[in-house]
Amino acid sequence: MACYLTTGKHMSIYWSVLTVLLLLGITAPTALAFGFAGASAARSRIAPVSWFGRGYIAVVRGVPDIAFFLFFVIALDQIIEATRHHILCPDWVEPIRQGSDFVVCQAAKMPLGNAPQRVHESYGFAIAVFTFAIVFGAFAANVIQGAMATVPRGQIETGESYGMTSRQTFWRILVPQMWVYALPGLSNLWMVLIKATPLLFLLGIQDIVYWARELGGIKTSRFTDYPHGDWRMWYFLALLVFYLIFTRVSEITLERLMVRLTRGQATTAGEAQRKAGTT
Amino acid sequence: MSACVQTITDYGLRAVGIGKRLLPREDFTLCEQFTLIGSGMIWNVYFGILALIAGFGFATLLAVGKASSIKVIRKPSEWFIFLFRGSPLFIQFFFGYFLFLKLKTVFPIFAPFTAAWLGALVVLFFNTSAYTAEIFYGALRSIPKGDVEAADAYGLSGWSRFKRVIWPTMLRLAWPAYTNEAIFLFHATTLVFFSGFPAWQQRGDALYYASYFADKTFNPFIPYPILAGYFILLTLCVIGLFSIVNRHLNRHLPANTRQRLRIRPNLIR
Repeated sequence: MACYLTTGKHMSIYWSVLTVLLLLGITAPTALAFGFAGASAARSRIAPVSWFGRGYIAVVRGVPDIAFFLFFVIALDQIIEATRHHILCPDWVEPIRQGSDFVVCQAAKMPLGNAPQRVHESYGFAIAVFTFAIVFGAFAANVIQGAMATVPRGQIETGESYGMTSRQTFWRILVPQMWVYALPGLSNLWMVLIKATPLLFLLGIQDIVYWARELGGIKTSRFTDYPHGDWRMWYFLALLVFYLIFTRVSEITLERLMVRLTRGQATTAGEAQRKAGTT
Repeated sequence: MSACVQTITDYGLRAVGIGKRLLPREDFTLCEQFTLIGSGMIWNVYFGILALIAGFGFATLLAVGKASSIKVIRKPSEWFIFLFRGSPLFIQFFFGYFLFLKLKTVFPIFAPFTAAWLGALVVLFFNTSAYTAEIFYGALRSIPKGDVEAADAYGLSGWSRFKRVIWPTMLRLAWPAYTNEAIFLFHATTLVFFSGFPAWQQRGDALYYASYFADKTFNPFIPYPILAGYFILLTLCVIGLFSIVNRHLNRHLPANTRQRLRIRPNLIR
């Protein structure tokens, strides 16, 4: 059994767990940045910027997300290749779209046709991360927008009465205070993000779902030393348990973080903490 | 124009197996894409509505179970809710499919469960029950104490107290969140044919056809926006229906204290 679980192919499934963690590690801050930018844009007093922010939030949230994932992976790839095509091969006369084909010159291929396998994989991964960031950025923008609106108006007025400019009240009063209001929404989002990671499989990444299907399938003794029947059910059961543990651990961690953040805030929970501390 | 009518009669019900057998292979027209993706929406609506109706009843049971003070009832409900809310729906579909495959070899009665129309429906039903139960449980816990005390004062108890006071109040409080859950559910139905369940004879849902077109034409900029349009329409219908019910649930309240529906759709699970 121990030998079976440490074959070369099983090593790939363990590595793909790391891929999932890496995806979460990169996507979470990127999506947060997208969300912050989107929410600030939606609040802007300049009309086109505000429309852009609102439009971004509304469009991404109104449509099923896998549709977005499937769309963006091809769309981003084509946009990048078309742009490179126009820059690198300006004397190319034929149109890019020829019927059902998408034709760009050799130099504009992304990644280049002769690039090693590794580059191809990391390019695919980078596009996947970017797609996740766009979609989850919109969700985060929505949460942050709500949080910014919840910060009591009095707090900002106090800042204004001290003669702060609107930029100063934004950075020094609104932004530090909004996190406590945003955290419940953001932690919900983190859970959703964890539960969205298996969708990487649909984006053509060799992730845990791919390997679970691959390894669990029927193996005959011709190809492997460990023949077995259809074990995919057990592999997916293992994934199910993995995700259950992962979400449970994050839930507990986020609850602790919430307790830390409410300390000294002008909210009911913060007040309750203060009272519990003094008595 | 008449060509388009012909396409609609050919492919309008393609997703349920009525009409032309072969999907279009080349020279895709806009009309074909609209018709086929629209025909796929039949499956999304089918899965969504049935899972929602069945899930509603089961979720009420689960929520009452989770709020129960009897441990033998509370623990299973808590575990069920945790199991289905804590893991990705995508993995649940895969696991369900392979589980049914395995069961089929032992009990032939499970054969229909390996097809999407029943197997995926069961998974969706359990999933939405768990999410809805959590919403209902939250609502049960926030029923104003005075309402229950008033019911006690009128001598209502047990079943009649639940039916006349607790359940309607729970629904009223849970309704905005439940609307969002319904929207999520419709969006989640697009996962079915990407997660092991085979699309027999290419009878798939809207996303299945959209990705078919995107694969064949290598142009994602047409089929996906069409799909998005259909889903936005579907979402608007859901919101419309649910807000009628919401108005009905809140009709006894003075106008200024009524809960407005706040729509925050679309977070995957």
